[in-house]
Amino acid sequence: MNRILPLIAFIALAALLFVGVRMNSGKDTSAIPSPLIGKPAPALNLPELQTPESRMASSELKGRAFVLNVWGSWCVSCRVEHPIITDLAKSGAIVVGYNYKDTPEDASRWLAQFGNPFALILQDTDGRAALDWGIYGAPETFVIDADGIVRFKHVGPLTTEIVNEKILPLLKESP
Amino acid sequence: MRTLFGIFLMMGLLFAGDAPALDPIEYRSSAEEMRFKALASELRCVMCQNQSIADSNAPIAHDLRMEVLRLMREGRSDSEIKQYLVERYSDFVLYEPPLRKGTWLLWAGPFLLLLVGAAGVFMTIKRKNREAIQPDAHPNEEW
Repeated sequence: MNRILPLIAFIALAALLFVGVRMNSGKDTSAIPSPLIGKPAPALNLPELQTPESRMASSELKGRAFVLNVWGSWCVSCRVEHPIITDLAKSGAIVVGYNYKDTPEDASRWLAQFGNPFALILQDTDGRAALDWGIYGAPETFVIDADGIVRFKHVGPLTTEIVNEKILPLLKESP
Repeated sequence: MRTLFGIFLMMGLLFAGDAPALDPIEYRSSAEEMRFKALASELRCVMCQNQSIADSNAPIAHDLRMEVLRLMREGRSDSEIKQYLVERYSDFVLYEPPLRKGTWLLWAGPFLLLLVGAAGVFMTIKRKNREAIQPDAHPNEEW
C-alpha cells in the first residue's frame, strides 16, 4: 500500500493536468468568451461611414437577424477574412460592418481596394462604443438574431467552417 | 573609440525602454490618483493577458483606463466599476475570479491539498511511533 501511494498520487496529478490540457486544446486561449451571448445586443448608435450625418439606431435592424463584423483598414487579419465575409454577404446574409478605430478616408480606401461586402457600415473612430460590446480588437464577429439577442461571437478571422457550422444555421433559425 | 560608442548606444537603448507606460492623466486629487492606480492594477488587460490595464500599453488597455476614470468621476464605486467591466468582458478582467460553481475547486483546492498533506504527515508520525515502541517487530524472522 505504501509503495503504490506515490504512484496513485502521480496518476491523479497526471489525470488532472491531462483534463486541463484537453479542456483547452483546439481552443484559442486568447479569445475571451462573451458575456453578451443570450442577452439583448447593446445599442448601435453610431454614424454611418458613407453618410455620417445619418445616425442609425439598432432599432432599425430589429426584426432581422444580422452579422456584425468588426474590422479596420489597419487590421491585417481582416484582409484574410474579407473573401469569407464577401461570400457570406452574397449568400443573402445582412452583414453590418463595424469600422473600429479607423479614419473614414482609410476605411473608404480599403473598401475601394478590396470591395464592400457590407449592407451598412458603422463608424467607431475612438472605440468608445466598442467597450459596450466587449470588443477588444479586430476582426471580431457577432450574430444578432431577429429578436435583437446576441447569439454568437467569434474573435479572430472567420473561416468557412465557422460560417457553415455556426453562423448560417443561426441565421436560418431566425430569418 | 568604437567600443565606447557601442557602450553609449547600448546605454541609450537601455533607457529608451524606460518611457512612462501611463498616459499623462490629470488627476483631480491625489486620492483619486491612488484609487485609480489601485483599481487599474486589479483589472486584467483583455488583449495582453499577463498584464493589468495599468501596466499595458495596448490601445484597448488605454481605452479601459479612460473608461475606469470616467466611471470613477461619475461616482461609481470600485465594485460597480468591476461589475460594469465584467458585464462586457466577462470574469476575465478580474484577477480574482468570483466564488461560484465553476470556480470552487480553484478556491478550495489549495486547502484540500493541505488537508491531504496534513493527513499524510499525521499517519507517518503515528506509524513511526508504533515502530519505535516495537523496535523488533519480527524477532523470529530470518533473513
